[in-house]
Order: sequence, then C-alpha cells, then structure tokens
Amino acid sequence: MAYSDKVLDHYENPRNVGTFAKDEGEDVGTGLVGAPACGDVMRLQIKVKDGRIADAKFKTFGCGSAIASSSLATEMIKGMTLDQAAEIKNTQIVEELNLPPVKIHCSVLAEDAIKAAIEDYKKKHPR
Amino acid sequence: MSEVKLPIFMDNHSTTRVDPRVLETMLPFFTEQFGNAASRNHVFGWTAEAAVEAARNQVASLIGGDGKEIVWTSGATESNNLAIKGAASFLRKQGNHIITVETEHKSVIDTCKRLQREGCEVTFLTPQKDGLVTPEMVTAAMTDKTVVVSIMLANNEIGVVQDVNAIGAAIKAKNPKTLFHIDGVQGAGKIPFNVNAAKADLVALSAHKMYGPKGVGALWVRRKPRVRIDPMIDGGGHERGMRSGTLAVPLIAGFGKAAALAKEEMAAEAIRLASLRERLHRGITARLPETYVNGSMERRLPGNLNISFAFVEGESLLMALKDVAVSSGSACTSASLEPSYVLRALGVGDELAHTSIRFGIGRFNTEAEIDYVIDLVVKSVDRLRQLSPLWEMHQDGIDINSIQWTPH
Repeated sequence: MAYSDKVLDHYENPRNVGTFAKDEGEDVGTGLVGAPACGDVMRLQIKVKDGRIADAKFKTFGCGSAIASSSLATEMIKGMTLDQAAEIKNTQIVEELNLPPVKIHCSVLAEDAIKAAIEDYKKKHPR
Repeated sequence: MSEVKLPIFMDNHSTTRVDPRVLETMLPFFTEQFGNAASRNHVFGWTAEAAVEAARNQVASLIGGDGKEIVWTSGATESNNLAIKGAASFLRKQGNHIITVETEHKSVIDTCKRLQREGCEVTFLTPQKDGLVTPEMVTAAMTDKTVVVSIMLANNEIGVVQDVNAIGAAIKAKNPKTLFHIDGVQGAGKIPFNVNAAKADLVALSAHKMYGPKGVGALWVRRKPRVRIDPMIDGGGHERGMRSGTLAVPLIAGFGKAAALAKEEMAAEAIRLASLRERLHRGITARLPETYVNGSMERRLPGNLNISFAFVEGESLLMALKDVAVSSGSACTSASLEPSYVLRALGVGDELAHTSIRFGIGRFNTEAEIDYVIDLVVKSVDRLRQLSPLWEMHQDGIDINSIQWTPH
C-alpha cells in the first residue's frame, strides 16, 4: 500500500510526541483509546490554560496512519478552546492525510482520543 | 556494511528470485525449442517432450519419487486443490471425512471449507503452542470415514517443520486406505524430505519457492500402490488424465533445473542459511528486549525467523523497514483487519500477533545484508517504542492486560 506524503511526513517526523510530567496533572486531560488486541492504541494529552489547549502530546501504538492521525490531531487542537476541539471530526483528518478507506478507523480513533482527553480534563474540573 | 544494495529482499517464503542457472535452462524453450510436448509427430514436439520428461525425473528425485508420478500444474494452489478435491471426489464412497490443521496454507484451508459446504466433514486440528501437530493428535481425529489427511511439511509463516514421517506412519498404521497429502511447498528443497519415509500419497510442490519460475507447480501422485483422484480440469487427457492442458514447457524445464540444484546444494545451503538466521536472531535479541520468536525454534526451516516485537505494531515497523522486503502478521498489512490466523492458532495473543515480522532468508542473501537489517530493525523498534504508549506503561511497570481496553 502506498502512503500519502503527509502520512509519511508525520510518521517520520511525528509532532508533539511525549507525556506530560505527573506534577502537571491538574491542568492535563488524558485520553487513552483503542486496544492492543486490535493493533492500535492512542494516548492523547491536552494541557489546558485559561480554557484553551495550550499544549498537546501523544503516543501511539499502531500503523503509520494511526501515528500520523494522532500526530496531526495534536497539531490541530493546539490553541483551540475545549469546545472547538470537541467539534473536530475524523473526516477532517481523513482529508488532510488522504487516508484510504481501510485506514479511516485511524482517524476515528484520533477523534475519540481528543474527546476522551477533553472529558478527562472536565472530570477533573467540574463546573 | 558498505556493499549492501537496496532494497534488500528478505521475504523468500513469498517467492524467490529465479536462479540464473534456471533461467539459462528455460530460455531455449521460448525460442528455438518452442514445441508442444504433446506433439508426437515431429522433432519440435519430441524435443519439448524430452525436456518435460527430464524435468519430471528431476522434480521427483528431489523428494524420492519416480518421474512417472509427477502431474504438472499451474502452481501449488492448484496442486493442493487437485489433491484434496480430487481425492475427496474419487473416494466419496469410502468416506467423507477430511483432517487438516488450522495453520495450513489458504489453498488447503479454503479447499477444505468448500468441501465442508458441499457435505464433507472436516476436522481442523489446533496445533501445539510451538506450531507442531503430533501423530496422536491426527490419529485421535481419524474415523473409519477419514479419506484424506492434509498436513504441510513446513509452515509458510512461522517455518515450523512437521514430523511428517511419524505422522504418516501413524496414519497408515491406523488405516492404510486413508490418503496422506503433504503440502510440501515451503519444505521441499530446503530440508530433507522423502515421500516413502513419510508414507505420503500426494505431495504438492511449487517451482517459485525454490528459485524456479512462477506459474508452474506439481502434484506428486503415488503409483505403488496406485493412488487415484478425480481431475478438476478435463480436456486432452494430459498428465495421465489427472490434469489436461498443454504443458508450460519452459517453466517445467526451469522447475526441473531448480529441483536438481536444490537437491545438489541443499545440505550446504541449509547450513549457510541457518547460520545467517542465527546471526539475525542473535543480533536482534541481543540488543532488543521483549522480543518473542513464534513457533518451534528446534523444528524450523533454516531460513525462517518469525518474531514479535512487543509494543510495536507490525505495519508501522514495516514502514520503517521500507528498504527491506519482509512481511508482517499484523492485520493492518491486509484488508481483513484480523491478525495472522497462523499465530492465532498457536495461541499467540492478538496484541503480540500484531507485532510480528516474518524474515525469510534465501539463497541470495548475504551476511552484510543481515547486518544491515539487524541495525535497521533495532534502530526502528527503539524509535517506535519511544512513540508507543504501551512501551511506556511497560517501563512504568503497568501490566497492559490489567487495563480495561475498548475494542473497536
């Protein structure tokens, strides 16, 4: 299968790889989605300041398209409010990365990861 | 590691490069000697026929059979189909039960599944964790209705070599009328194999797995005692009526040469391949923790290494190894979204099956290539583990099986 240049770029130079330090926990929301048995697990973290996503990090176990989808997702959500980030649709990721039909589930997982991270943050900060 | 030329082909279970000596043998049959082997009335036909008959003896000799027992086919998929369907059809008055193994090639599995839909009873044996089946497992499944047992000599994914001699003896001791079919594709020419020692009745072979051309295979059909099967392709009655169709003379001549070379060079080649495989295995495992070899290491093809790199998904690793042709048991490399059914049958968990890579070392691989691959694999696995949340959890002492995952 041929990968798009954008997938290759994110795979070879993934953006925002990593984990926030444990003592930053208050400001951090973590989404962990997927399953090892299915061949992909994404962990996406957001660091929130003044209602906006000031920083984001990810780690992904999965194919190149899964790595690229989560890398792109962290780029997209930086600077967004939580509500804006929650509105990101997997189709935007599919379009940006030119994912073929068999890889659409990678983009769905990335969308789920964003939502899960936001939910986790909101749980820590009930209104 | 200066003299390595990219890309490197290390996927010799999928196919092999035609040996130059094989190609040289084939070429005249495309040009001056283009006759039809079935033409009995002129020199063109006689020349072609002589080449075909010589190849019959060469291929049969590789497995200890007689040239008259060879039926040429288009490849091993056809050979497996013909053996199992042909035997089941011919023996339907004797019984309707077939025994095979979950780890067989798809051309055996899917053939058996079709026969199942058409009314046959099929037992799919689950192998041991090391990929092997025992004679007792086979005989325990046999009934007085069992007409065919189909077991492969060596597995195409994990390279494990079945003890076909012991299995054949056990089958015949229990019921001499039950036919023993062996898919010999991956093993023939790589490891010693003899149709009489295995008490085989039918053996499927392929040319392109032993440095011959694609598009030609053979089914060895025992003559003494005579094994009879129904044909699947009717026509001019070629190949003793078992497989009609004009013979692919150039391909057959190439197959013959490839078999002759394999017979001559097998012993030395096996030693060389096993030492390259060991170099690869040791080179990788010495520098990478959490790697697991799939299948028996003791009973294994000399050129095979199937290894799981925990916490690194197989397709992402293939991407990193883009200058090295290998294959993965990960679902993501196929459209099916299911990981390798062979690894599943061994009881390898899906999470490890997704991380497996199959290396197939062959005649044309060099030590320098092995060293290049070791370095690239180690570097790539290290990099991808830095990207892997599962690796981080593992480092932090978290058991990933203790987490409530959400399958999708």
